[in-house]
Amino acid sequence: MLNERQPILQMRRIHKHFPGVKALSGVDFRLFPGEVHALMGENGAGKSTLIKVLTGVYSIDEGHVELEGQELIVRSPLEAQAAGISTVYQEVNLCPNLSVAENIFIGREPRRLGRILWKEMNQKAADLLQERLQLHIDVTQPLDTYSVAVQQLVAIARALNISAKVLILDEPTSSLDRNEVEQLFRIMNNLKKEGLSILFVTHFLDQVYEISDRITILRNGEFVGEYMAQELPRIELVAKMIGKDLRLLEELPTLAEGEGSAAKEVMLEASGLGKKGAIEPFDLSIHRGEVVGLAGLLGSGRTEIARLLFAADRPDQGTLLAEGEGVATPRQAITQGIAFCSENRKTEGIIGDLSVRENIILALQATRGWYQTISRKRQEEIADEYIRMLNIHPNDPEQLIKNLSGGNQQKVLLARWLLTEPKLLILDEPTRGIDIGAKAEIQKLVLTLSQKGMSVLFISSELEEVLRVSNRVAVLRDRRKVTEIADKELNQQNVMQAIAGG
Amino acid sequence: MFSRKYFSILVTCALFALMFAVGSYLYTGFFSLQVILNLLIDNAFLLITAVGMTFVIISGGIDLSVGSVIALTTMISATLVQEHGWSPMAVIPLVLLMGAAFGWGMGAIIHYFQIQPFIVTLAGMFLARGLCYVISIDTITIDNAFYTAVAQTKIDLPGGSYVSINVVIALIVVALAVYLAHYTRFGRNVYAIGGSEQSALLMGLPVAQTKIGVYTLSGFCSALAGVVFTFYMLSGYGLHAVGMELDTIAAVVIGGTLLTGGVGYVMGTFFGVLIQGVIQTIISFEGTLSSWWTKIVIGLLLFMFILLQRVLSTRRSMQP
Amino acid sequence: MNGLMKHHLFWPLVVLAALLLFNLLYSPDFFQLVMRDGHLYGSLIDILNFGSPLILVAIGMTLVIATKGIDLSVGSVVAISGAMACLTISEGADQQAGGLVLTAVGMSLGLSLVLGLWNGFLVAGAGIQPIIATLILMVAGRGIAQLITGGQIITVTSPAYEYIGAGSLFALPFSIFIVIAMYIAALLLTRKTALGLFIESVGCNPKASRLAGIRSGLVTVAVYMFCGLCAGIAGLILSSNVSSADGNNAGLWYELDAILAVVIGGTSLNGGRFYLTGTLVGALIIQTLTTTIYMIGVSPEITLVVKAFVVLAVCLIQSESFRKKLVHRWKTRRYPAEREVTRHV
Repeated sequence: MLNERQPILQMRRIHKHFPGVKALSGVDFRLFPGEVHALMGENGAGKSTLIKVLTGVYSIDEGHVELEGQELIVRSPLEAQAAGISTVYQEVNLCPNLSVAENIFIGREPRRLGRILWKEMNQKAADLLQERLQLHIDVTQPLDTYSVAVQQLVAIARALNISAKVLILDEPTSSLDRNEVEQLFRIMNNLKKEGLSILFVTHFLDQVYEISDRITILRNGEFVGEYMAQELPRIELVAKMIGKDLRLLEELPTLAEGEGSAAKEVMLEASGLGKKGAIEPFDLSIHRGEVVGLAGLLGSGRTEIARLLFAADRPDQGTLLAEGEGVATPRQAITQGIAFCSENRKTEGIIGDLSVRENIILALQATRGWYQTISRKRQEEIADEYIRMLNIHPNDPEQLIKNLSGGNQQKVLLARWLLTEPKLLILDEPTRGIDIGAKAEIQKLVLTLSQKGMSVLFISSELEEVLRVSNRVAVLRDRRKVTEIADKELNQQNVMQAIAGG
Repeated sequence: MFSRKYFSILVTCALFALMFAVGSYLYTGFFSLQVILNLLIDNAFLLITAVGMTFVIISGGIDLSVGSVIALTTMISATLVQEHGWSPMAVIPLVLLMGAAFGWGMGAIIHYFQIQPFIVTLAGMFLARGLCYVISIDTITIDNAFYTAVAQTKIDLPGGSYVSINVVIALIVVALAVYLAHYTRFGRNVYAIGGSEQSALLMGLPVAQTKIGVYTLSGFCSALAGVVFTFYMLSGYGLHAVGMELDTIAAVVIGGTLLTGGVGYVMGTFFGVLIQGVIQTIISFEGTLSSWWTKIVIGLLLFMFILLQRVLSTRRSMQP
Repeated sequence: MNGLMKHHLFWPLVVLAALLLFNLLYSPDFFQLVMRDGHLYGSLIDILNFGSPLILVAIGMTLVIATKGIDLSVGSVVAISGAMACLTISEGADQQAGGLVLTAVGMSLGLSLVLGLWNGFLVAGAGIQPIIATLILMVAGRGIAQLITGGQIITVTSPAYEYIGAGSLFALPFSIFIVIAMYIAALLLTRKTALGLFIESVGCNPKASRLAGIRSGLVTVAVYMFCGLCAGIAGLILSSNVSSADGNNAGLWYELDAILAVVIGGTSLNGGRFYLTGTLVGALIIQTLTTTIYMIGVSPEITLVVKAFVVLAVCLIQSESFRKKLVHRWKTRRYPAEREVTRHV
């Protein structure tokens, strides 16, 4: 039935390349009136690029776009907005210092003779938020007094006010809690009924099936297919997103059975450790040679636990002991043999302007202090060794790390920490945004390391990956550690149940 | 809620009131309308420059060239009027236009080549100061009838006090600036860019136009301050207003504008300038204190306000 | 050839060579060195001698800028250091005494270190942006210098103190040796120990550096202290050269010249990689420029105009390779946003 209608938006054979990268090659996309269309794909599949091309942030190399049957050429987000295409980004792209009302209306303020009519603007903003989004807030307050969820709704209100025909929601749910997501979905359903077309990008499979009518899948910048949500089983969706490489993951070795952890000595012990607003007090102990997984939805407190265990954040309460000794700063943690690969590779991991070699030796050099220098010759040996061992590409130790792909940057960071010979390696989303081959290599490495006696804390939003590498899984829900599952109990069903709760 | 938004500016006002009260308590003759008016008379040019600087800083930039542009304006005015016999009616619009064009040029370089404002306006500062010396390295005194008339005109106020024409110009500039900042799209865009340039761009705001506009405005204000300064000093000289960029920035910061951009009020800057004036007045009333104490006290105030801003912004970011 | 042109020293050296060549053509005896009373004289010696305070300040500034910082207070520190030394000497009983001069030098260098510590504390401890944090001392510092000198120009008569800035060793001005010593010290400290790596790492990504176990706060404070020390020594050279301290004018504009030298030398104001030798060349370019303008008889103040264009030219050359960008701009001029949204994917 839906198919018989004319699409409001149609993108045909879109090509876009950046120096050295083919971001989109021949991608098709259709959006029908009054539907929610999910754009799916792994990181780097080309979702953001497609959106940026559509909204005039990037130019199109080849292909064309039609809006309501008319050829559409937009050269800036402003022109896209004028044409009726509005975008709400994952990180709210509004001005935190301006008031809520201004954020909705800036650029289109009601004016008389050039003078902005504040009263009218505030009134209109309050009405808009109440009527269409059921949001009752003081619109004269600066935006940053409100939570991210409210900020996102304000962004949607701005888009609606520009009389949007097409609303693009780029990962709007990443930083919302469950109630906020439900509120957002209620609003999306209302808007859908009003005839608005919504392009929805998300990583959460549940949400895709909950809200979308139609799904388009991209992989490595290529168009995989367009499907009705009801007609596409979950497992097929996953298979299409990660493609033929699925087999590769299945061939991975899984943990040898029966390697009980109880007998081994405790490497790290957290008791009653907690930080207000981040994670409620929890107990966790990690034994030598054990891989402990953290499972939970995004925002459930996984990263917060990792940061507390590395002393990157200061806890409000509780104690943290590494082999019986207290840990208070990252530096201490490192000397106690703990290593932490942050999930934010770019901002908290790599030193972009330094070479691969320098990035690798950085942590080791930091533990040795500034005067006990590692000789240049030794540095080169180390770099060569790890480049070979981890299969880092390109294999030039003097290449600046910012020029490497995500997966290779991740490997360099792993090399940095492996070089310090840690007793416990904390990996926060080590496989996010990297290609499937590198993913498998990293998983394999974790298993090898644990067999050699290293403890690993493994965090990933992909449950299967966590299950594959972990001896024991700690499950988190709503910033609370709810349970630990190990040995025979450890399977997808049990963990999912624990995550869902109830 | 109210207090958070206006906290800095309230502190500024309170500080001014306190300093004035202390001065009035300590020195006879301090507590009078004329003392306040003298603050304006002696700092009219600073006030005008600081208004332009406020916009630049709110947009997240900085303009180091203001002092030099003032000097250049006095220099050009003096030569044209004095040595080439031009009419002030032609000279004043010309120098204002030149100041605006100078600012426009710097803004364009900052925006289109994405070079830090700090370094571009530094080059602007060298250039304007150097151009003064190209014209002449000596003082050029102005005895043109129009300039002297404007300089000597006193506008009487009730109660026997008076202000100069400069004060009137400065107050008009402040009033226009308040309107510009709060009731026009340009003003709001400046705040938006200071809050987040990336967002402003994605919201479809005219970022290039606004950013260049801000520096043009600052250039214009500096030139106007230069005109006012010419009335005040009745001379053109390459060493006029040396180091004034610092006084201006200090006045803006003491006025509660965040140096990181996005937050600030023209009225805050107004009081920031008055505070600097009060410090100078107190020191001159004291008599035994030397003039360098002004710098030390302003440094201390800067320190206080920067620390205050720092504390406020950490508290803000800690809120969920 | 292409690789050579990409070397960070290529353009600075070309500019310096061009300046020197111009001087040679303009005045053939520019390179002449004359031996008189056991001292070497000549324009080249003058450039090194008069340029030495600037080189010192610029060396310190290089490290600060490498940490993504900036130190606007160096000019004030130069004035304070000179004022402190002259005050100490002038209050001594015997101005000739070596011990007194040593005390004076120690006092001013100690004070310079404390001022550097103050800046470092504001930046690393209180977390204030460097340009703002050092602005405080830039404003207040002039006042402090005048406070020390009592608003007067303090004149001293102490041959021992004079030696620092005006003495000569092996027929060369002594200040040149101070500069060489500090340059080598900075080079050894940053390239033979891991300090250089830490500084670049902190400047490039402070968060990641902390998580890699680098004490970034300590590195930052150390760098500002080193910069303070360099400015302090420069202040001693300047004041001893004229045997007096002027709180108001000593070291005026030094912060700007030093930043300029660093930028010309190829170190980016965004922090990260730094080039001490580049800075050295940059400072020499500025000094040669000043000398050249002085020599061809143009009013020395016009140096400012030339400097303005040099600043702009250098920044344009360094800004994402200017020419490429022009081409790129032309290609994408219809999509203004593509240029400005810097990070894609």
